[in-house]
Amino acid sequence: MWSELFLVPLLTGLTLAVLLPLLGCYLRLRDEWLAALAYAHVAAAGALLALVANVPPLIGGMAAAGAAGAGKRALAGRLAGGAAYAFLLLGGWALAVLLAANQPMAERLGHALFDGQLYFAAAAQLPWVALWTGLALAALAALSRQLLLGQVYPDFFRAQCRPSWPVMAGFDLLAALSLALATMVLGVMGAFVLVFIPPWLAFRRARNWRSSLWLAFAIGVLAYGVAFLLALFLDQPFGPVLALVLMVLALLAGG
Amino acid sequence: MNELLRVHGLVAGWQRPACAALSFFVAPGEVLGLCGPNGVGKSTVLAALAGRAKVFAGRVEQRPGLRLAWQTQEVPPLAGLPLSGRELLALTGAGESGLPPWLAERLSTRLDRLSGGQRHYLALWAILAAPADLLLLDEPTNNLDPAGVDHLGASLRTRAARGQGVIVVSHDAEFVNNACDRVHWLESEHVE
Repeated sequence: MWSELFLVPLLTGLTLAVLLPLLGCYLRLRDEWLAALAYAHVAAAGALLALVANVPPLIGGMAAAGAAGAGKRALAGRLAGGAAYAFLLLGGWALAVLLAANQPMAERLGHALFDGQLYFAAAAQLPWVALWTGLALAALAALSRQLLLGQVYPDFFRAQCRPSWPVMAGFDLLAALSLALATMVLGVMGAFVLVFIPPWLAFRRARNWRSSLWLAFAIGVLAYGVAFLLALFLDQPFGPVLALVLMVLALLAGG
Repeated sequence: MNELLRVHGLVAGWQRPACAALSFFVAPGEVLGLCGPNGVGKSTVLAALAGRAKVFAGRVEQRPGLRLAWQTQEVPPLAGLPLSGRELLALTGAGESGLPPWLAERLSTRLDRLSGGQRHYLALWAILAAPADLLLLDEPTNNLDPAGVDHLGASLRTRAARGQGVIVVSHDAEFVNNACDRVHWLESEHVE
């Protein structure tokens, strides 16, 4: 009983608390942290749309966010300066809220996604989240050098006659799908705050890239653990508690 | 093909041609200077050799399997990025051997906490010491103090002695005269 109610959500969220801060470091490196919020909103809209259409929400969320990630490069070509992310965010939010307001069966899931109710995480999600996290961490490790090179020396690939688009498009897809999965478990803001604040703090404090990854990881896991216990004992929705814990950490660290 | 690179009647540019037709070659172990007044298209020629600018006429022949390393005048966006000098060099595969002492001792420091000159030389070194057969350097002496310019000149000679080729675009006539084996002057009068 205890395991089903608390241990499964704890472990499912903890797995994502390992992945999201590390993913966030690479999004911040590319100055694409707003993309995380956009993907999360698009995933929420996709999940609600799928629910209304009698399709599993997880599939709908990942399909919508995956499409946004895959189409991001084309969209960014037309909407420069991060405007593409703002449009995706606004579109996802509007669709999700309207679906939740007008479709009774979408209302409960809509509240869970936007309130960040981790305790709805089901036992069936944990193996998938763990598997995806393992794959995503391996992919990040493999792409890390190319992503850093692409930011610091964007012409390096060209001079070496190697195309950069497979690496960049692969990362976009990886980020979108990871955010979609995290949104289904942690909610929109719960996922976003783990992508945003730990890397933000780590980039200011770390001595080098490797230590920034470790620091972001440690901050994410620590904040997640504290927020889980606080939300449980105070009987509060998890997402806002996690956001507040991370913001307090940021203030204490003199961010 | 004995040369690393041979250029025949190259006219390069972006939306339209930015330089007059030019021909030159670079042999292994040779440092070639490309000089000329501002706006004559020196940097554009390097960009065309690296595949970024458009070739409007002529052709570029490269030795098969040629590895290029290209340093541009664009400053890498390092502000706020927790990247150390040692990590930067590892990214391009550049070695630490031969770095000036005033830089070697600061390799563990974040790049955005180095002085502008130190950061520039380290960013230059990451290209200069990368595994490559031909180096394309665009105004490498910008932001360098005299000690840095001297060290750069000596480093280019060391690399040339190992068989690497170098093309240097620079407005610094003294540096070009000291560091280059040959100088090719670009003229602006034929640009359309």
